[in-house]
Amino acid sequence: MSTKNKINSQIFQDSNNVYYPKDEAEVSDLIRELYKQDSPTEIIGNNSKSFIGNKTQSANTTSLSKIAGIIDYRPEELYIKVKACTPINEIEQVLSENNQELAFEPIDFGYIEEGKSNKGTIAGYLSCNYAGSRRFKVGSVRDHVLGFKGVNGKGDIIKSGGTVVKNVTGYDLSKLIAGSFGTLVALTEITLKVLPKKDSSKTVIIYPSNFEQIYDFFNKLSSSSSEISGAVFVPEQSKDKDFVTKKNSVFKFNDLKSNVSFIAFRVEGDKISIEEKIKNLKKELELNNSDISTLDVYQSEPFWKKVNNLEVFEKTEHNLIRMVIPPANGSKLCKHLENNHNYFVDWCGSLFWIEVNSKKEENIKDLKKMAKDFGGYLTVIKTSSEYDYGEAIFTVDNVRLMISEKVKQSFDPKRILNPGKMYRGV
Amino acid sequence: MSEIALPKIDSSILNRKSEIVKNLSKLTDKENVLSEADELRPYETDALSVYTQTPLAVVLPENTEEVSEILKYCYSENIKVVPRGAGTGLSGGALPLQDAILLGLGKFNKILEIDYENKCVVTQPGVTNLGITHAVQHKGFYYAPDPSSQLACSIGGNVAENSGGVHSLKYGTTTNNILGVQMVMMDGTICRFGGKSFDQEGYDLMGLICGSEGLLGVVTEVTVKILKTPEVVRAALIGFPSIKEGGDAASEIISSGIVPAGMEIMDKALIEATDNFSKAGYPRDAELLLIVELDGTDSEVNELIKKVEAICKKNNCSSLKLSNSEKERLSFWAGRKAAFPACGAMAPDYYCMDGSIPRGKLAEALLEIKKLSEKYELPVANCFHAGDGNLHPLIMFDGNDKEQLRKTEEFGSEILKTCVRLGGVITGEHGVGIEKRELMCEMFNDKDIQQQLSIKKSLDEKNLLNPGKVYPILRKCAEEGRVHVHKKQDKFPDLPRF
Repeated sequence: MSTKNKINSQIFQDSNNVYYPKDEAEVSDLIRELYKQDSPTEIIGNNSKSFIGNKTQSANTTSLSKIAGIIDYRPEELYIKVKACTPINEIEQVLSENNQELAFEPIDFGYIEEGKSNKGTIAGYLSCNYAGSRRFKVGSVRDHVLGFKGVNGKGDIIKSGGTVVKNVTGYDLSKLIAGSFGTLVALTEITLKVLPKKDSSKTVIIYPSNFEQIYDFFNKLSSSSSEISGAVFVPEQSKDKDFVTKKNSVFKFNDLKSNVSFIAFRVEGDKISIEEKIKNLKKELELNNSDISTLDVYQSEPFWKKVNNLEVFEKTEHNLIRMVIPPANGSKLCKHLENNHNYFVDWCGSLFWIEVNSKKEENIKDLKKMAKDFGGYLTVIKTSSEYDYGEAIFTVDNVRLMISEKVKQSFDPKRILNPGKMYRGV
Repeated sequence: MSEIALPKIDSSILNRKSEIVKNLSKLTDKENVLSEADELRPYETDALSVYTQTPLAVVLPENTEEVSEILKYCYSENIKVVPRGAGTGLSGGALPLQDAILLGLGKFNKILEIDYENKCVVTQPGVTNLGITHAVQHKGFYYAPDPSSQLACSIGGNVAENSGGVHSLKYGTTTNNILGVQMVMMDGTICRFGGKSFDQEGYDLMGLICGSEGLLGVVTEVTVKILKTPEVVRAALIGFPSIKEGGDAASEIISSGIVPAGMEIMDKALIEATDNFSKAGYPRDAELLLIVELDGTDSEVNELIKKVEAICKKNNCSSLKLSNSEKERLSFWAGRKAAFPACGAMAPDYYCMDGSIPRGKLAEALLEIKKLSEKYELPVANCFHAGDGNLHPLIMFDGNDKEQLRKTEEFGSEILKTCVRLGGVITGEHGVGIEKRELMCEMFNDKDIQQQLSIKKSLDEKNLLNPGKVYPILRKCAEEGRVHVHKKQDKFPDLPRF
């Protein structure tokens, strides 16, 4: 029997020649065979975020979607151990029953791609490492991973970390796996730190009059002892009437003025301390009641879901950019973007979601230069159908590329796993 | 103390000492290269002072370019290099090698930039952990990770060890609190990972470097995140009549949704030892003492204290005291912070262990340790970062008695194996170093270790940077010693250890 047939006879393959290994041992057998054959494979989960990154050029596709299910959930130990392709929805559901959550607020990329929810799997989240609005307070996906198991490019099953938060035993490979887009291991098991849900939340809306004021507010918010857990700026200024209409329909709340730019910040905790924090912040930001509006918990929760779902860019046919910069340069960037691109700002001034019209793709190059000059980076999260990949999707310098190649080599010497997904040669 | 295996000595390097010293003197100020016996003595060991070794030479470069030139030279000449921060590490990670130069980062002692707008500090690695907080506290900011040695340990060393501290449950360890590093690789390549913005794109190389114990590169600059000091901080001192009731209360606090800023547990032996030593006023009738620290806004802290009180009463606490002033809060901590010296006063020597276990297994772990203590006829006192499951049993013994020493080592090793059996790990915050090197096989199989070694090889192909640390040399699971502190040999007798 040929090697190819041997794999086929053991592991289920659908009519599109996608392999569906059903457990860790099968993932290991499959990759070991592919390693022997020098035959690379694309690694996918539930395909919810596979549009992010470069297209892999590989003869095979391996879906880990059958590697799913909760292995061990210990609410009192604040961890959950799951098989890698367990859907985020399932995890959030079981955590919610114990009043716990994934504090990094998974972004629902389904809206920008299909116009509806498709959160995908935890392996997908870890592989992208894109955290939601609470990031600046609680850390990113990588800060919530306690350990993992997976199969490297040689077919070896490896593990790192564990279930405890304090652990300095060996290299912290969980961090390296976060954001590696499936190019180092095919994940089979993930242990996550979980946290208690906050009792309640409120969101305060401010209507700033100029760019300087926006960043003055952001700075005061992030400098306060009255901690906030989310702060966004949504601008009104855009020549794109469709975007303005979309914005006003997405952020249509009883207590939110439409047709104006706004900053929204979220305070979470028990009801008494929420009131106390809002009172403190109003004083620190010198806000009068007449300048602001407040979204109660019934408006606040859906508001932040809409932010995290990127609903203003629902089914966008243009290029969607994710740019992260130190907040001190934010107002310069806002000024540049004004009337040029549709955008909004998250993470209290650090994270920019920017839509670049497919007819203005050359602008991505300028934005990339700005990101670099400002001490940050950008990623083209979604490309328009006309995108010619002239400008690389990820930002990397030569030294980091050289080190990345070496690291890739140590996990996957024959480049079997998702070759080219991030950088050429990796 | 048992012998430990170190990498094979390259005698050709020893023979070329004077030539190497001469060449190094061309790469940095002559004064920065130490090679005489009396100059080298202070560098013979770190805080795991039972192991000593004289390095070939000590080099104290003053800037990144010098570090790069020195490493480039060593790389081309196949000379091993052991990096060293402040030398306060407890696992022997900075133990010199006879045929290696010791690269001290002590001259990198300046804070380069304080950036309040971006909430970060850019610093050289030799600045102390507490030095960063001191630089920003007048504006109401601080740097969160607080290892007990924070007065003396350097931020570069914190990055190498991924140091934690009492407050790591709520605020994370070093890896969660740094934004960027500049690093020099063994071949002299200078690289930068991260910066002042969150989450670098691509492989998280900063995350890989953090906690790599000086095996992958020499960190020459660190950008740390600073946080606003909480408005109110209060602590509660709670006594329990049994280990089980106290352990259960600690678990219940966590599972009820409270995330304390710090939560510490001490057993009866340690309550007595520390109270005798520091007169902290601890409840001496308690079998177990819980210290819970809560921070936030005024009403937030009051709410949390009410909840903690209710949980502790439900679990039959025998005493409960709340701090009503900053002075009182610090007095609650005084005994806990004196735990190590208190044990030092009770016996000629003590071994400090550093395992992590799931919080819920505390009672089981303590009972197991008690049984082992009876089996080996050696007293033990336990302190525990209950919030994050990090256990520090302190075994008391007399190092001059060879049989006691042997038994202590065996006892320690059994404790760490118990931690692994209970679902924990062999080191929570002290690092593997040389100390727990051979116990790595308790946690990892050959494939796991091969993957880690393969990363090491890809970034340091000649294995010149801090060789012999972290990973077993002999590929056997031999039992080696743990932190052994002899009263008179303690390198940092004044540092609190907790």
